[in-house]
Amino acid sequence: MDFLQLIEMFLSGIWGTVKLFLIALVGSLLLGTVLAGMRVSPTPVLRIAASTYINIVRNTPLTLVMFFCAFGLPFLDIRFGSTSSFNSFIYATIALTAYTACFVAETLKSGISTIPVGQAEAARAVGLTFGQTLGQVVLPQAFRTVIPPMGSVIIAMLKNTSIASAFNNRELISAMRNAIEVRGDLVIPLLFGTALAYLILALILGRVFAYLEKKLVILR
Amino acid sequence: MSAPTQVLFDEPGPKARRNNVILSIVSAIVLAGIIVFVVWKFADAGQLEPAKWYPFTFSQIQVVLLQGMLATLKVAVVASVLALIVGVVFALMRLSGSKFVSVPGTIILEFFRGVPVLLLIFAMFLIFGNAIGSFWSVVVGLTLYNGMVLAEIIRAGILAVPKGQKEAAMAIGLRPGQVMSLVLMPQALRAMMPTIIAQIVVLLKDSALGFIVTYQDLLYQVNLIGREYNNLLPTFLVGAVLFIIINMLVAGLARWLEKRLQRKTTAPIDAEGLSAKTGT
Repeated sequence: MDFLQLIEMFLSGIWGTVKLFLIALVGSLLLGTVLAGMRVSPTPVLRIAASTYINIVRNTPLTLVMFFCAFGLPFLDIRFGSTSSFNSFIYATIALTAYTACFVAETLKSGISTIPVGQAEAARAVGLTFGQTLGQVVLPQAFRTVIPPMGSVIIAMLKNTSIASAFNNRELISAMRNAIEVRGDLVIPLLFGTALAYLILALILGRVFAYLEKKLVILR
Repeated sequence: MSAPTQVLFDEPGPKARRNNVILSIVSAIVLAGIIVFVVWKFADAGQLEPAKWYPFTFSQIQVVLLQGMLATLKVAVVASVLALIVGVVFALMRLSGSKFVSVPGTIILEFFRGVPVLLLIFAMFLIFGNAIGSFWSVVVGLTLYNGMVLAEIIRAGILAVPKGQKEAAMAIGLRPGQVMSLVLMPQALRAMMPTIIAQIVVLLKDSALGFIVTYQDLLYQVNLIGREYNNLLPTFLVGAVLFIIINMLVAGLARWLEKRLQRKTTAPIDAEGLSAKTGT
């Protein structure tokens, strides 16, 4: 196997990682926002449900969550597509989303508590309902305040995509393992190449968040 | 509930209270529906039959699960201790006045902090695996990553100690090493203890990764038992409960410590003991 084929292998691995990352990013931001909203809602049942979910999943290793999704869901006959590789991808996405959403929700909740009380009071005074207060006044500000900690949550998620490789998902680490299997003489360069790919991805993400921070963040 | 939660909505009037009750009931029904669906799925797959749970009454299975748990804890404890040592060393390297020490320290730190733990564990396993075995591969991988994160935490703690402390220590003639070890480091470690323990919880969670390099930890045993008795989900649930309990205990310890430390550092000015001391 020559050099070009190795590069090609790695590029498809990177694409797998990026794909998993992007879908889980959107999913966990959405689910995390919903969970954070539930945690501050006036309905006690929703508050309790959200905090129970967050407490349980946050204290479970991602490996365990993935294990459940990748080995448990097929056991329960929950499948999403005809091919096993697509199924593994969906399982990994579900696990990563379910896990990261807890951290997103926690971060957002701490953001919500930094918003001055007057904001919510003013919103209520002009007659906004809870949903409007949260959606139009508090959350937009909360999102902007928590950009730096949210950045570290998201970068941690990028690194966590690697765990999916142990559960049949095709991404960077599994590309590396395949490459090592065919070119056992190149173990160390291949390891460094993978590390470099992750570092570059993390660096790009760090840049994006630094830009967002400069543009959007509200200092308090 | 905390203050910001309460200001997000008005004190419920009669109508709001009625809506709230309706919403509570509806959401309770939806949640119950989800739980029923999950249980039904479990039952449908035959995972709730007593026969599937029966193996847990065997003492052998219990011993194997406990051994797995101990193996996981062993990795976590050894890696935590090593990571703390590595953390202190790299924090000192980064704070060092000499560029020849601080620049390489920073580069190594940023490298290990930027890559996934799993990659580090794999690297150890692939390069040194034959010599050191899976236990040390996991430990070293976890140590390298978490050590670097701890280094950053400890460094932040040292930088956060008020400047006067260092100046005073130097003024009474302590050597730089003594300033660090007797004055700055104890205060930094104390101030950062909740964050350090939170990172140790992360390490504990990551120790479940050992299963991937065939280290015989809790998850490995769960997988083995589950396949042997064809009761993967019950075994998984037992394993998950064990993991969650351990993690919640350590996380609870962090919270307790944080509260305790806060209580100590922010003693009221007019406290009896304090005024008596300042009075003399």
